Amino acid sequence: MPASIPEGADTAAATQASGSGTSRNEGGALMSVLTSPSAPATRQRISRLQGKAKYAPTAATIALFFAMFAAGSLIYPGFFSGQVFLNLLIDNTFLIVLAVGMTFVILTGGIDLSVGSVVALSMMIAAALLQAGWNPFAVIAVVLLTGAVFGLAMGLVIQVFEIQPFIVTLAGLFLARGLCYVISLDAITVTDPFFTSMAQARIPLPDDMFVSPGVIIALLFVAGAFYLLHHTRFGRTVYAIGGGEASARLMGLAVPRTKVLVYTVSGFCSATAGILFSFYSLSGYSLAAQGMELDAIAAVVVGGTLLTGGYGYVVGSLAGVLVLGIVQTFISYQGTLSSWWTRIVIGALLLLFILLQKVFSRKTKLT
Amino acid sequence: MTGVLRHRLLWPVLALVLLLLLNQGFRSDFLLVRVQDGHLYGSLIDILRNGAPTLLIALGMTLVIASRGIDLSVGAVAAIAGAVSCTYIYNSDNPGSFSTAATAVAIAVAAGVALGAWNGLLVSIIGIQPIIATLVLMTAGRGLAQLVTDGQIISVSNESFHAIGAGFFLTLPISILIAALAFAGAALLTRRTALGTQIESVGINPLASRLAGLSARRILWIVYIFSGFCAAVAGLMISSNVTAADANNAGLFIEMDAILAVVIGGTSLAGGRYSLVGTLIGALIIQTLTTTVYTLGIPPEVTLVFKALVVILVCLLQSPKARTLLRQRRRPAPALPATKAAL
Repeated sequence: MPASIPEGADTAAATQASGSGTSRNEGGALMSVLTSPSAPATRQRISRLQGKAKYAPTAATIALFFAMFAAGSLIYPGFFSGQVFLNLLIDNTFLIVLAVGMTFVILTGGIDLSVGSVVALSMMIAAALLQAGWNPFAVIAVVLLTGAVFGLAMGLVIQVFEIQPFIVTLAGLFLARGLCYVISLDAITVTDPFFTSMAQARIPLPDDMFVSPGVIIALLFVAGAFYLLHHTRFGRTVYAIGGGEASARLMGLAVPRTKVLVYTVSGFCSATAGILFSFYSLSGYSLAAQGMELDAIAAVVVGGTLLTGGYGYVVGSLAGVLVLGIVQTFISYQGTLSSWWTRIVIGALLLLFILLQKVFSRKTKLT
Repeated sequence: MTGVLRHRLLWPVLALVLLLLLNQGFRSDFLLVRVQDGHLYGSLIDILRNGAPTLLIALGMTLVIASRGIDLSVGAVAAIAGAVSCTYIYNSDNPGSFSTAATAVAIAVAAGVALGAWNGLLVSIIGIQPIIATLVLMTAGRGLAQLVTDGQIISVSNESFHAIGAGFFLTLPISILIAALAFAGAALLTRRTALGTQIESVGINPLASRLAGLSARRILWIVYIFSGFCAAVAGLMISSNVTAADANNAGLFIEMDAILAVVIGGTSLAGGRYSLVGTLIGALIIQTLTTTVYTLGIPPEVTLVFKALVVILVCLLQSPKARTLLRQRRRPAPALPATKAAL
């Protein structure tokens, strides 16, 4: 397909300057010189518009979040408070961390369906080991390592045997969930003093507001991912693979290693999310986090990341989680609406953002 | 030609036979089918009957995957079909009559077709990637089903409705007959007409198919509508078997089972080539695997681990890399990477 080559090259050019708007314009100007030297000014203006367009879905998510927050404040008394906002973070720490890992995978054009099961598996391992009297820090280390190795294994199968990520991570979903049942069919309560203290800890903020330690960890993950994606060679390779794997390989980038690493990152994030979820629920349960992979994917998509890869921002994924969270807050504030409306609204939002991306990107074409 | 076909289905068939023999080893009456009260009874019949919903959904999934798509929404569609049919029967004036059951079935099937058409619209007209387009309905669908049932588990008592999942006709369970009918219909339609080739052609390259004069869009609509139809019928079977609609759990993970059945049956997720017989064998393997776990006395929840191991094994065996490693003389298919890049 001749159309895909300039696409990939274009993305790669934008990627090298790590998403800064100016170089995108330079790339556009260069292209306009090559294609039609007669009207470079117009072309430049168009390409500048397109350069902004790639921020549009993420910007729309952030705008949507603020609009929903404002609407909630107008409709419901008590909605407009810093603590309601902070509660969104507190209640969704695990989803934020999951979405961070998923962003890496989706940016390369892959998908990780196993994250929900790995969260449950991490919780089960943590709960079982704590019950056996292990040191909590050793437990956390083991869980994080397990998650990373699980992701690494899936990445290796995907890369070495060239099997589609979809099917490999689907097998991962079954395997991790099945292993949960092998550990225990019943819920295991966590009574470890460190875990309970983490569950109850409140970090005070001005104006009587507070956050949980999990929020700090989740935000550190967002910051870390932002640094990795925009300021390291690894991050640029991630974007380049999403823009066009063949082009990335031809550019001499470490494509195989990076592809394996994104699944390792996702596995590590899932395990961390599992630990955060244990802090939150103080138990391990085989059925926990069922369908959470869908929430994570939805958050990433609503956050403006293109599912074909190459475009998107981890900050958008954070905003995506907050939007999904505020939908839930709305429904609980409304009182008369039942919980299933959450799923319907999330589905509708997903559709809305997919259509929005469709408008802003000329990348995915069919027939 | 027959050599290739045998090669493709050799491993799945072998796996199925091995599983059945394993069961026979543990329970000597496993392969025995006997007649009782004029019906056929036995573990083999049970495998067929319990596997019927998965097989139905896998049939639809096979054609969708052949068009290089995927339908994640089938479980949700099955739940919606169960929800609308049971709610209709529950609220009707004459909940026990045949006509009520028939109307309920018609409504459920219409809902399935409509939802399939919705997926088809997103994929073919708007041009969204299939996995994402159907993810929307997968996310929202169970919510919609709960909306219909108002979050309750709706129990109904209607003998005609109950017969779909649990009744017998000509000594055979009706669900097996429905699945067999759907299988024969799909096989005839796609292998005796040009439709199958057209689906494969769209799966290989939609643009080239259109340039060759095919309406790629219409074909995509057809496969998604067929998938929605199959999912609705499977949903009817599931809810009829337990005479209740459970919006939360009906058809949970069935999309995964269906995809596994298709993959085990040798259909590549890259599209462009499919085998309905392979899907049939794949669905039987999955159901037999579940039965085996029961036979061996392993907690049924552990089935997932076995399923995962089987999928990984089958995928590894089918991957071109592993094949070239295993058999040096077999050359890797050169067309595959090119078509992937074209997407």
